[in-house]
Amino acid sequence: MSSVATSPGTARSGRGQFTELFTGGGRSRRLLWLFVGVVVLFSVARVLSGQEALTSSSTFSAALLLAVPIGLAALGGLFSERAGVVNIGLEGMMILGTWGAGWAGYQWGWGAAVLAGLLFGAVGGLLHAVATVTFGVDHVVSGVAINILAAGVVRFLSELLYVDNAAGGGAAQSPALSNRPPDFSLPVLSSGPDLLGDLESQHWFLISDLAGLLRGLTHEVGVLTLIAVLLIPASYLVLWRTAFGLRLRSCGENPAAADSLGVPVYRLKYIAVLISGGLAGLGGVFLVFVANIYREGQTGGRGFIGLAALIFGNWRPGGLAAGAGLFGFADALQLRSRTAVVALLLLVALLLAALAVGQAVQRRIVSAVIAAVFAAASLVGFLLIDTLPPGIVFFTPHLTTLLVLSLASQRLRMPAADGLVYRRGEQ
Amino acid sequence: MNGRPGLLRRIGLALLGPVLAIVVALVISAIVIALIGEDPIAAFQVMVDLGDTPSQQIQSIVVILNRAVPLFLAGLAVSVAFRMGLFNIGVEGQYRMAAIAAAAVGAAVALPAPLHVLLIIAVAVVVGALWAGIVGLLKVTRGVSEVISSIMLNFIALGTASFLLTGPLRGSGEGASIVTTKPIPESGWFPGLNGLLTGLGLAEPRTELYGFLIVAVVVGVAIAVLIKRTRFGFDLRASGLSPSAATASGVNARGMVIKTMLLSGAIAGLIGLPDLLGDTHEFGTQFTGGLGFLGIAVALLGRNTPVGIALAALLFAFLDRAALPLQFADIPSSVVTIIQGTIVLTVVIANEVARRLAVRTAERAGSAAAAPPTEPGEGGGGGTPPSDGPTGHPTGHGRSDDRQGAQA
Repeated sequence: MSSVATSPGTARSGRGQFTELFTGGGRSRRLLWLFVGVVVLFSVARVLSGQEALTSSSTFSAALLLAVPIGLAALGGLFSERAGVVNIGLEGMMILGTWGAGWAGYQWGWGAAVLAGLLFGAVGGLLHAVATVTFGVDHVVSGVAINILAAGVVRFLSELLYVDNAAGGGAAQSPALSNRPPDFSLPVLSSGPDLLGDLESQHWFLISDLAGLLRGLTHEVGVLTLIAVLLIPASYLVLWRTAFGLRLRSCGENPAAADSLGVPVYRLKYIAVLISGGLAGLGGVFLVFVANIYREGQTGGRGFIGLAALIFGNWRPGGLAAGAGLFGFADALQLRSRTAVVALLLLVALLLAALAVGQAVQRRIVSAVIAAVFAAASLVGFLLIDTLPPGIVFFTPHLTTLLVLSLASQRLRMPAADGLVYRRGEQ
Repeated sequence: MNGRPGLLRRIGLALLGPVLAIVVALVISAIVIALIGEDPIAAFQVMVDLGDTPSQQIQSIVVILNRAVPLFLAGLAVSVAFRMGLFNIGVEGQYRMAAIAAAAVGAAVALPAPLHVLLIIAVAVVVGALWAGIVGLLKVTRGVSEVISSIMLNFIALGTASFLLTGPLRGSGEGASIVTTKPIPESGWFPGLNGLLTGLGLAEPRTELYGFLIVAVVVGVAIAVLIKRTRFGFDLRASGLSPSAATASGVNARGMVIKTMLLSGAIAGLIGLPDLLGDTHEFGTQFTGGLGFLGIAVALLGRNTPVGIALAALLFAFLDRAALPLQFADIPSSVVTIIQGTIVLTVVIANEVARRLAVRTAERAGSAAAAPPTEPGEGGGGGTPPSDGPTGHPTGHGRSDDRQGAQA
């Protein structure tokens, strides 16, 4: 093991014991270390800043709540883009989903709301599929048109059905849902004796942070949240472990080759975009469940952010879940506590300092210096600022997403034929 | 082959798309209106009716033009990026940042009239360009997709603008229901064009026609010339059509991304100014929003050419004006949004159908032109089966054999 003693410059060619510990053992080991690193980082930041909200279970549970609609939209984007259809229309399909859920929910309860949301979203998907697959319209163009159209259609339907409705509602909102979906908690650990809650309130380094995370993810979880979380591995299995998934992905990589092998490219693209619309609609249903009512503008651009999460996650289910989680966490933090957002600056400082050290070790002096300067700036910001004004706090999640993307965005690879119009017999 | 019928057919096909689209959009809207139990014909009459007296009609036209000017600029900003294959969805944030910065600078300084206006315009252009420049910079240095970064920057612009408005740039009093910046003094107002209208012998409208209309026309012409007649424009279009071919012929792809985003953002910076300099004279919570997203639709409808965008902006402005009269007629004004969305969707579909028809007729013309020389050759070879030659001819076997014989 002579490589242990070699200079850092040659560490790239031969792995030392130390490097082997962290990067050996394949992806799962690396991800595990990444997770451990992030938890330690958060723990350190919490203890240093004294902001308990940074890792409290209520923050994590709010984060989950905010991440689910984004994750569902992103999952919708995954299906469609893996089949080669760019879906900017996710936002519009989500809007249709919220309206459908509100309309069915106030009449027949939450089960009907789920079905109607799925259906309304899928109608948006069908429109997108007709335009892009059958008529070969540019995908972005069709998506933008669907966004405009969806906003008009739901307003129109509301004016038509909710104004002068005896059950309540108006031009911009539906009557309240007739019943609420059930939710679950993990027995013993996060309800009843609530062991995790006890552990969390001790404020021990690392242990309490982990307890907060686990309790946030297991306490009073809604039925749709459960479905959404399960949909992530399910999508992975469908897309990467079945013949259907392989064919679907082949449409996104090389439709001409897929066609020549007998894959029904058009039909698969239709199915993918329909699923995509349905999932985006389901994201809308979730928003309606949270508010217990349909309200205009409820989606608030979450379809677009889902698209960002999809790209952030490199067009893979696990990645997009991480992207949605990151966004949900930042959003939850700014909603729970404006002072805790300042603690994020400390986090950024720590992260950038680590990056600077890493770059310096690899002899990339310029990027190391840049990272170090920004790390210092973040630290100064953390020390000087007490609370941020609401306007600034509002965009914390968006700025976080942008920062993370610009720090780690070069190794992304989208499906090769994503966004290209495929016409049989035309190359 | 023969030029004139070909030319006529080309023009016919070019017109076919939009006409088809508008007809389909009208039919769909009519069905929607009929579904809610209103009379579609009456609704369309309400929309087309500009007023009874000449002064009312002039007033309606001024309202349409005033709405069309920002829409045109928004469409132009989006189209410049589109021509290069960049999707600038961030126009919304760019014009918002530019408008608040311009309003703040305009209110803070006191200069003679033309200089004051020029300074405000310059500030808006620079801020818009810089805000869009972030997108370009992130794309070329860090490989961040411009769609994502500009969506995020839209939200950041929204938050920053609201922070600036309620914090350091607040001009209105504490108790005011509508928060605004300090008003721009009169030397920073853009003169209106109503004098021109009355000079032409038309009735004086109640609303001032934006003088910014002239700026918009000048910018439109300048962009048309820039795209069509300059080296930069050629590089831009080439990069849009085939990035690899453009790079191979020596275009600096990274530089082009930055330059294009700066240009697109600079135009986006102008979007808020017609309202700011011609009407409100201050930036507030009630400032016109959503123009960036409508700009995307306008650019698509206008097929990314300045003339097309101008027509599309006028159409959208015309539809927007109809919202209020429709409400008076007890028809949901959201019909307007539905018509706009339907028109965009049908226009793009119709364009695609028309393009495919054009390709097919060109192919048919091509094969007709190519067929006569090959047929006798093959026929002369003797060995080829006769069924190869007459494919596509509806006349059938016997006739084509006769013709082969005649030609031989």
